[in-house]
Amino acid sequence: MKLVYFAWVRERIGKAEEDISPPTSVVTVADLIAWLSQRGEEYAHAFENPKVIRAAIDRNHARPDSPIANAGEIAFFPPMTGG
Amino acid sequence: MSATIRLQREDFDVAAEVGRLTHGRSDIGAVVTFTGVCRGDEAGEPIAALTLEHYPEMARAEIARHVEEAQGRWPLLGVTVIHRYGRLLPGDNIVLVVTASAHREAAFAAAEFLMDYLKTRAPFWKKVERASGAVWVEAKASDDAAALRWRPAGRDAAE
Repeated sequence: MKLVYFAWVRERIGKAEEDISPPTSVVTVADLIAWLSQRGEEYAHAFENPKVIRAAIDRNHARPDSPIANAGEIAFFPPMTGG
Repeated sequence: MSATIRLQREDFDVAAEVGRLTHGRSDIGAVVTFTGVCRGDEAGEPIAALTLEHYPEMARAEIARHVEEAQGRWPLLGVTVIHRYGRLLPGDNIVLVVTASAHREAAFAAAEFLMDYLKTRAPFWKKVERASGAVWVEAKASDDAAALRWRPAGRDAAE
């Protein structure tokens, strides 16, 4: 699946997008955050406070317990500040 | 009903956008416009500029979902939402919401509803340039509260 990152999540991880293949034990958005956090210092830094991380699955807002099966594109970003 | 959603780097012309909605029509009795403008300060500190990052495909979809919801709630005759991205200077326009209806109540309410949701649900992020460095603007709890008041009691904000 494709991951896309925005704002300071993108800056901390150091890339805007990547393709990943998480193990089958990664079922929800929260699982994916925990799995990504183990991938290196930059990920651990980006996801150090999961409560402030927002996620979207295929361009729809998602919750920590949303299942990621069949997702094409998952986005991680901070709370939005547009308008 | 005509709905226009544009995400663009360029500035917009408020009068031209109102004209686009009302031209040749006699059923519209009220047009409300809201323009969000780049302030010269953030959290009490002067800023030199503001850069808006966005998630284009989702921003378009999310705004469309809320325009559709507004259409279901109020008898609207036209809606235009324009959100800029890129680097903006104090005084520059950021966002425009135009709502048209037969009467003012619907136009006022729908414009406020759309702005409250744009602030908390549309994937845009502001980074400001200050003398002490560039920082991402933090989301305000007051914006979340403003969006929540449009929800029926008990419904989860993340849905």
